[in-house]
Amino acid sequence: MNFKKTGSVVVIGGGISGMLSALDLANSGFYVYLVEKGPSIGGVMSQLDKTFPTNDCAM
Amino acid sequence: MEYPQAVPLKYGINPEVCLKLTKDKCGTCEEVCPANAIDYTQTQETITLDAGAIIFSPGFKPFDPSKFDNYQYVNYPNVITSMEFERILSASGPTMGHVTTFPKLPAKPKKKKDKLLAKKRKSPKRIAWFQCVGSRDMNKCDNPYCSSVCCMYAVKEAVIAKEHAGGDLDCSIFFMDMRTPGKEFEKYYQNAKDKHGINFIRSKVHSVTEDLDTHDLQIRYVDELGQIVTEVYDMIVLSVGLEITPETKELADKLGIEMTANGFCKTDSFEPVATSRDGIYVSGVFNNPKDIPESVLDASAAASAAGDALSEVRDTMTKQVATIPETNVVGERPNIGVFICDCGSNIKGVVDCAHVTEYAKSLPYVTFADENMYACSQDAQDKMVEQIKEKKLNRIVLAACTPKTHEPLFQETLKNAGLNKYLFEMTNIRNHNSWVHKNNPELATQKAKDLVRMAVAKAALAEPLKEEKIDVNASVMVVGGGLAGLTAAKSLATQGYDTHIIEKKDQLGGEALKLFKTAQGEDVGEKVAELIGAIEANEKITVHTDTTLEKVEGFVGNFKSLLKTGDKTCELEHGVAVLATGAKSSEPTEYGFGQDDRIITALGLDKRLKENDTQLDAINSAVFIQCVGSRETDRPYCSRVCCTHSVDNAILLKTRKPSMDVFILYRDIRTYGERELLYKEARELGVIFIRYEVDKKPVVVIEKDKIKISLNDHVLNQPVTLETDLLTLAAAIVPRKDEKLANFFKVPLNDEGFFIEKHAKLGPAEFATAGVFVAGAGHYPKPVNEAITQGRAAASRAATLLSKKDNLFTSGTIANVNVEKCSTCGVCISICPYSAPRFITEGRFEGKADINAVLCKGCGLCVASCRSGALHLRGFDTNQIFSQIFALGEVV
Repeated sequence: MNFKKTGSVVVIGGGISGMLSALDLANSGFYVYLVEKGPSIGGVMSQLDKTFPTNDCAM
Repeated sequence: MEYPQAVPLKYGINPEVCLKLTKDKCGTCEEVCPANAIDYTQTQETITLDAGAIIFSPGFKPFDPSKFDNYQYVNYPNVITSMEFERILSASGPTMGHVTTFPKLPAKPKKKKDKLLAKKRKSPKRIAWFQCVGSRDMNKCDNPYCSSVCCMYAVKEAVIAKEHAGGDLDCSIFFMDMRTPGKEFEKYYQNAKDKHGINFIRSKVHSVTEDLDTHDLQIRYVDELGQIVTEVYDMIVLSVGLEITPETKELADKLGIEMTANGFCKTDSFEPVATSRDGIYVSGVFNNPKDIPESVLDASAAASAAGDALSEVRDTMTKQVATIPETNVVGERPNIGVFICDCGSNIKGVVDCAHVTEYAKSLPYVTFADENMYACSQDAQDKMVEQIKEKKLNRIVLAACTPKTHEPLFQETLKNAGLNKYLFEMTNIRNHNSWVHKNNPELATQKAKDLVRMAVAKAALAEPLKEEKIDVNASVMVVGGGLAGLTAAKSLATQGYDTHIIEKKDQLGGEALKLFKTAQGEDVGEKVAELIGAIEANEKITVHTDTTLEKVEGFVGNFKSLLKTGDKTCELEHGVAVLATGAKSSEPTEYGFGQDDRIITALGLDKRLKENDTQLDAINSAVFIQCVGSRETDRPYCSRVCCTHSVDNAILLKTRKPSMDVFILYRDIRTYGERELLYKEARELGVIFIRYEVDKKPVVVIEKDKIKISLNDHVLNQPVTLETDLLTLAAAIVPRKDEKLANFFKVPLNDEGFFIEKHAKLGPAEFATAGVFVAGAGHYPKPVNEAITQGRAAASRAATLLSKKDNLFTSGTIANVNVEKCSTCGVCISICPYSAPRFITEGRFEGKADINAVLCKGCGLCVASCRSGALHLRGFDTNQIFSQIFALGEVV
């Protein structure tokens, strides 16, 4: 490849998956832009009460 | 603002309803806001971002059941969706966690009609869940796929609803196939049935009608014997599926990535997070319907794929985080702040938290106590920082949930307030108290007080601790040369880390070498060969075949392993380890396996398909039996892959020879996600599915010309006998149960012998032991694409450690020696499993013991063994433990 690569990543979607992708990348040396359509991150998981199979609180 | 734990916790203005923005009236908020934060002139901006890669994880929307006229979701107040029920169960939801009928009404209704309805509110006695609403349905909607998560969430909701109601609630789940193929899911399902008394009814409910006066709901369905049943329920929960929104599809189109007919991202089984466009990766539900742990694996896998592509520009764009200087509290009088968390209703539902908070204020050295609905929410954290600073608190006690998941978060809060993170004591009044003493709130409150008092006594003696820097050896050892291990190795080597693959057999590839095709039709052998080629060509990778692991020493960043190849041994130093030891097919012990060549396992059939065995064309009738050795008392888990495997092979046989009669004898067909389309295809091709019950298994009789299989047909409810030339058994997938390996790395195995990951939801590719990661079927049986995803995820998690070279630290809770008291006996040196203590070899204290901070795990063995009382465990010092014990004994 001839063009210069950029050391940053755009993550679209601030649900559990997007947040964790962002964290992994940021923790391994990349600058991350986390883009979320809504006013807050957390996605559907933050609206759940508890999660199976351990019944841990979803927050 | 959507909910109290929202991040960022900031109010926003909805431009569609704001009077100022729509009609230029009002403007009250601008006048009252003391921070002058309201700015009506803000408009939408377009920002251009330069990025090397994109990760697309747009998620899903729960299916909207409004158009299902037979369930009357819109018109009947007591028909709700599972997502709404989830909010009803939540303490921060509209009913504060109380399950009541008419949940869709406002808490304090204003309209006359609503007020009348609200008077009829009651605690439901009977709740029904309807599965597959908006999934596996081409009749009322166009979603032929299975949403993968609804069976488990319905079981969970029913269990928790029963817990909330205290036993006096009848819960029924109406389903087609119960799909609980995830790790520990089958046990949860069986427990729901046997211990919690939840009814599981195999039927699709035809219609719902409402009693006009009580608004109770009458349902009609056909039971398994073909009888029409009518029953009345107080509430109906529709288990709605997952759907990709039109906006997501539009955005995907703009990004130029290919989708399946159902709007999910098209991916390859061997590159499961790569979209059709280079540089754009996908994760979460848009990459096929999946639950939380799988989304978490996708997330890390996508990060690893992006990391592979961008490894040479790592660390070029990152910025330094400003650290807050630590306040010196040594010598200060303890000034303890106690924070009590309600955990919504999790704690407060049982424990009188306000009372415990008041009580905490009366304890010695406590100058401040506060109660929070969710102490982990961002606003509570911010407030905590302010309170620490304002009240000059120098020790913090938190009574909440488990430190396993939440301690690091609160320690971070302490750091933000300028306190050393070890000036913190967390006591678990949820798992150890409110959850287990649900039936005795008074004693639970008393116990919470005891726990808080003990924590305060310990915190008063807490001292700031120092963490030592660890040098990370930036190389990797991958144990297991199957798909998951190879994937992890390839990714880490691509990112520039020296990687060693240890394989006990003489060749790479593992169990995948025995497979014919993936569910998506890719040729496994070809793809595995490609992967092995890439591994062998990569100069960062060293492959050790015919090699076993003999010994492992060390810790995260600095492992030392002894490898044995034939007679030769060699030592390998590595910073992290990935355990990808896989699983294998079991040897069936029933249905005549081993007595006749015509009775084979799924892998046996794959072998014949791979070899293009022409004898297969001579077969007129083929039968598959599912769950052979799975979902039974001695092996209670579901092997996850067999349903898809058999359905896939049935299709292959049927396409090969359409006149062949193909039968699949099953208990539940678990073709989750878009695998459901295979199930549909198989039925359309004429594959016949017959269900059997575990207590009425098919009986196999081997005769000379035919194999005869008798069972009860579930539709006719009559015995049938099938004659076949080929019987394929879906044998259970069993783990290698490698206890030696587990001991080397101090990682746990579950009852069945699968590795136990750090956290079922949020840590599925790593172990609780730092620096050790898990991937592949050794974690749980899984198909090709999922093994590869986990391989990538393990690589991503490992990369977060390896790339940190300079800022990895030990724990502060380690042993230290008071040399004055040390009698040079050497017991600590002989007892330590981590080789942390050693004798000082020169200087004033020659001969006395000393602890290597990097090696010490803080287990406390040496402390207990020291007869001179010279050893102390920082953070758990003897005086702290005693003060806790004495505090417990105090009569209040």
